[in-house]
Amino acid sequence: MTTHVLGDTSVLTGRSLRHILRSPDTIITTVVTPVALLLLFVYVLGGAIHTGSSQSYVNYLLPGILLITIASGVAYTAYRLFLDLQGGIFERFQSMPIARSSVLWAHVLTSVTANLVSVAVVIGVALIMGFRTGASIAVWLAVAGMLILFTLAVTWLAVIAGLSAKTVDGASAFSYPLIFLPFISSAFVPTSSMPGPVAWFAENQPVTSIVNTIRALFAQQAVGSEVWIALAWLVSLLAVAYAFAIATYGRKVS
Amino acid sequence: MTAQPAVQVKGIRKSFKDVDVLCGVDFDVEAGSIFALLGSNGAGKTTLVRILSTLLKADAGTATVHGVDVAANPGKVRESISLTGQFAAVDDVLTGRENLVLVAKLRHLKNAGAIADDLLARFSLTDAGDRKASTYSGGMRRRLDIAMSLIGNPPIIFLDEPTTGLDPQARIEVWQTMKKLADQGTTVLLTTLHLDEAEQLAHRIAILHKGTIIQNGTLAELKQVLPAARVEFVEKQSSLEDVFLALVGETGEAGTTADDPADSNVPARNEMQ
Repeated sequence: MTTHVLGDTSVLTGRSLRHILRSPDTIITTVVTPVALLLLFVYVLGGAIHTGSSQSYVNYLLPGILLITIASGVAYTAYRLFLDLQGGIFERFQSMPIARSSVLWAHVLTSVTANLVSVAVVIGVALIMGFRTGASIAVWLAVAGMLILFTLAVTWLAVIAGLSAKTVDGASAFSYPLIFLPFISSAFVPTSSMPGPVAWFAENQPVTSIVNTIRALFAQQAVGSEVWIALAWLVSLLAVAYAFAIATYGRKVS
Repeated sequence: MTAQPAVQVKGIRKSFKDVDVLCGVDFDVEAGSIFALLGSNGAGKTTLVRILSTLLKADAGTATVHGVDVAANPGKVRESISLTGQFAAVDDVLTGRENLVLVAKLRHLKNAGAIADDLLARFSLTDAGDRKASTYSGGMRRRLDIAMSLIGNPPIIFLDEPTTGLDPQARIEVWQTMKKLADQGTTVLLTTLHLDEAEQLAHRIAILHKGTIIQNGTLAELKQVLPAARVEFVEKQSSLEDVFLALVGETGEAGTTADDPADSNVPARNEMQ
């Protein structure tokens, strides 16, 4: 059984990637909100925001916008998983001699692929708006690595939501707090401009360290200890979400 | 029969919270036969099928499928079964052909494409093969669903209310498919709400009521349970189904062209009886 994990996962990933190719609107709707936020903050609100750094506001803003893009993109993973459960195809897969974990991994790998495409589109828009970086290929890969880790962590959260939701709306509702989290972080304004308790929350939630790390990478500055805090957050979030998702799956398929 | 039964169910119990759905179910299904599990809604048919197809664990009792215990070795059981659930389990976004190729690949078969083309032809879906399954009529979806279940020629097939929601022609097509399967030696366990369906198809019929099998036998045996036949004179009216089938033709060629051009490819069939 387990000898087929890779083969089954790739067949099932091919299936859900085809879903995305057949409905590219899932990519478009994923990027609409982040691009709108990018335009709103750079061209409307950004002029009044003092970031205290010498770089342009679009450079300051982009890392947070990328996290918002991923947070809204994974809602589709929960949605697709929920539809599989509703439609009966999930039970067909479960009654077939295939590796059981491959059903989930296919959705997770599809989520990573779709979100990388969405992120690329948003970066493209940011480049048109004047985003500039002298980052080398190695640094771009480091940024991609951080974003993939973030995608994996929130996708496994999406798997929990998709498996346990009772309605379609419930399946995607979990992503709203995730989309909102960057607003109470260093993504839009420096945390030092916030009142005490809010600043404390902003500085001690995962988004701030991830945003600061990616921002430093793009600006070719030292990432300092922030990168370790970010990685610690990402790895522990991923581990916890994965464990809960697998436990939820276990209850579902027993 | 001396051969080992294809399915053996002994003392299966299952409750959900406080509700006892199955309260000790026993029966055997002879290999190569059609076995109908007859019962009203809520009798526990689906729960039993889900247990036999390894989707659910029983609280007590044992069940073996193809000689393998479903609780001890579900992975092995899955290699010899196929499940067609109550709702057609097809991927709406994929085409009919892609659905078949997907299942063939997941069954680790070579020539997935050739298998898909063969099944599309057998189920009169060749012309619709490159259309998304979401555009199919109810009958076509069910045919595709059953075609997907036949991939890899599993020796035992579970069909949970396979004709629910189908029009009379599509229902007859599904019946013919089941008969063909049994002729080829496949064991078919079917659940149904419809007495005539069990009567038409099944070699043995078990009646599941309130979580137990209250009667199990051939049609002739079940008829003996009733009081002896009396002779009465009753005017034989055509049933509405007879009228409907006479008007549209049993092959389904006449009446379905308006919204469902692909159904017109259904080849002429022999009449059922």
